Amino acid sequence: MSSFVEQLQAWQAGIDKMLAKRPERKKQFATISGLPIDRVYLPEDPGQEYADKLGLPGEYPYTRGVQPTMYRGRLWTMRQYAGFATAAESNQRYRYLLEQGTTGLSVAFDLPTQIGYDADHNLARGEVGKVGVSISSLKDMEVLFDQIPLDKVSTSMTINAPAGILLAMYIAVAEKQGVKPEQLRGTIQNDILKEYSSRGTYIFPPRPSMRIITNIFAYCAQEVPMWNTISISGYHIREAGSTAVQEVAFTLANGMAYVKAAMDAGLDVDEFGPRLSFFFNAHSEFLEEVAKYRAARRLWAKIMKERFGSTNPKSMMVRFHTQTAGCSLTAQQPKNNIVRVAFQAMSAVLGGTQSLHTNSMDEALSLPTQEAVTIALRTQQIIGYETGVTETVDPLAGAYYIEHLTDEIERRAEEYIARIDEMGGAVSAIEQGYVQREIQEAAYDYQKAVEDNERVVVGVNKFVVKEPPPSGLLRVDPKVREEQAAALAQLRSERDQKAVDSALVELKTAAEKDQNLMPHFLSCVRVYTTLGEICGTLRGVFGEYQAPTTI
Amino acid sequence: MHKIRVLAAKPGLDGHDRGVKVIAAALRDAGMEVIYTGLRQTPEQIVATAMQEDVDVIALSILSGAHDYLFPEVMKLIKEKGMDNVLVLGGGVIPEEDIPALKAAGIAEVFGPGTNTHKIVDFIQANAKPRG
Repeated sequence: MSSFVEQLQAWQAGIDKMLAKRPERKKQFATISGLPIDRVYLPEDPGQEYADKLGLPGEYPYTRGVQPTMYRGRLWTMRQYAGFATAAESNQRYRYLLEQGTTGLSVAFDLPTQIGYDADHNLARGEVGKVGVSISSLKDMEVLFDQIPLDKVSTSMTINAPAGILLAMYIAVAEKQGVKPEQLRGTIQNDILKEYSSRGTYIFPPRPSMRIITNIFAYCAQEVPMWNTISISGYHIREAGSTAVQEVAFTLANGMAYVKAAMDAGLDVDEFGPRLSFFFNAHSEFLEEVAKYRAARRLWAKIMKERFGSTNPKSMMVRFHTQTAGCSLTAQQPKNNIVRVAFQAMSAVLGGTQSLHTNSMDEALSLPTQEAVTIALRTQQIIGYETGVTETVDPLAGAYYIEHLTDEIERRAEEYIARIDEMGGAVSAIEQGYVQREIQEAAYDYQKAVEDNERVVVGVNKFVVKEPPPSGLLRVDPKVREEQAAALAQLRSERDQKAVDSALVELKTAAEKDQNLMPHFLSCVRVYTTLGEICGTLRGVFGEYQAPTTI
Repeated sequence: MHKIRVLAAKPGLDGHDRGVKVIAAALRDAGMEVIYTGLRQTPEQIVATAMQEDVDVIALSILSGAHDYLFPEVMKLIKEKGMDNVLVLGGGVIPEEDIPALKAAGIAEVFGPGTNTHKIVDFIQANAKPRG
């Protein structure tokens, strides 16, 4: 007991010091009715069990959040995932979002880019610019970030198999703006394991992919120290149909595989550990979601400390981005999605997210229109500025149900992790199709529950109305592919081909000889070697992944 | 009696296979034989598999928006191969205004998000023409 009092005093002293440098958003916090709001509320008599399981915000095991003042200091980063068609059109959308008060960029790439094909590749037919922006070379990347100062924004890029190459392009664009790599802030998703299990944009087999990832960890620790080198993602696992428990378990199991691979490659856990970040889904079961984030934080902290011997608190913290659940949106009565998204976003905030994307109401139908994106962003702003849930840290802590769910999700996730350990870790479990099967069974169970009306989806199996087909959806002009192909042809004729050829030869050697590939990605992109050429060379060395069929 | 044979296929590059897998499971539970292609299939690969497996139905799933290009490509090849008896269905995130053009290309029906799997089972049972 007395030890907790001491801990509390030390925590308070730490906050006083921190506030002297960086004050909270307001001098005093109060409700709309004028009731004062404390920074954090504790049990009247916090015992050892409280200290062990919940502790103080910003302290191990981080159940109550990774910062001591949470949103009293600063709101989460409002980061809307966007990108479509050409780099020029996406650049306009980013500049619009920045003007509207979004505080970080989040780049969506089209599928050819994500799978390492140039826009003029045969397999890119029909796909160019459809689900994101088409980037085939540094030239496109220069246009994408035109007039956006890369030392001022933080940029998240949803890119996995070719993540190192796109990061190299980002570094090269920054250099042209006079911005140094050590000033860059942002995230590459770079989480290949969930691509095999849930999202599908893999290129190479797991083992060389893990090697590229550890190359990126090692390079960025030295050269791009503020960059989040991976965003270990449960989001897509959940979208593929998993339960909340599976989302936590499979995400942390993947995280453990990355940590182990990096340590096996000789890196120190506390050198790369602080740059690991996470990405979770915000689904519709409101209170379960709040508990999920808290359970994930506590469990990861324990894993890093006890299993990997981390001693740096920053390595133990789950800093995470959240996106509301795309799979929960309905094509029927799409305006209802605004309400779904608001509840989901609120759960992420009550769960202590560091950044948030709110989906747009029309995303079950197509990419979002500007109007829909604006409403989605306003939803976050209303939660942040109007509802008051930001004024005290972890406001739902101590609720019997929330703490029960937090314990239960942690316990069940640990059981899954133990099973995955027995299989030899996440890489083996995925290679054996175990994770895929678990997810697809959960997805089918959910679908059957909806079809048997055990689970109500408003507008889909209850409260159904006849409605006219939606209009005004965002369309991507199919001409984008021809334009991109023409631009590529021109690029190939104008660039220094000799420099390209020799950069590719060096890349191939480095890939064969197990050298760090990041410097080679940089020398390739600087001379306008295309993404497809770089990935093609690596395909030649590493081969391509062949997925097991699990149905 | 001949069981209805279905090829569940993912043309294009998108990796969203939750829907296609759920539907494969539902069709199987309804007594059909289902073969799943896996991801990233070209129209050529899909039609070749359909021929090889001698299927009665092809169920195409796309969530990337590439349906406007890839569905008609599949239909073109099917007609070239004279596989006129094969019932071809589409599913995924497909705007309603695109459906008439897809049907004109020969896609028998398009099922959007939120479709009950029983509806798809019923449609196949009513429209597939299994041989034998």
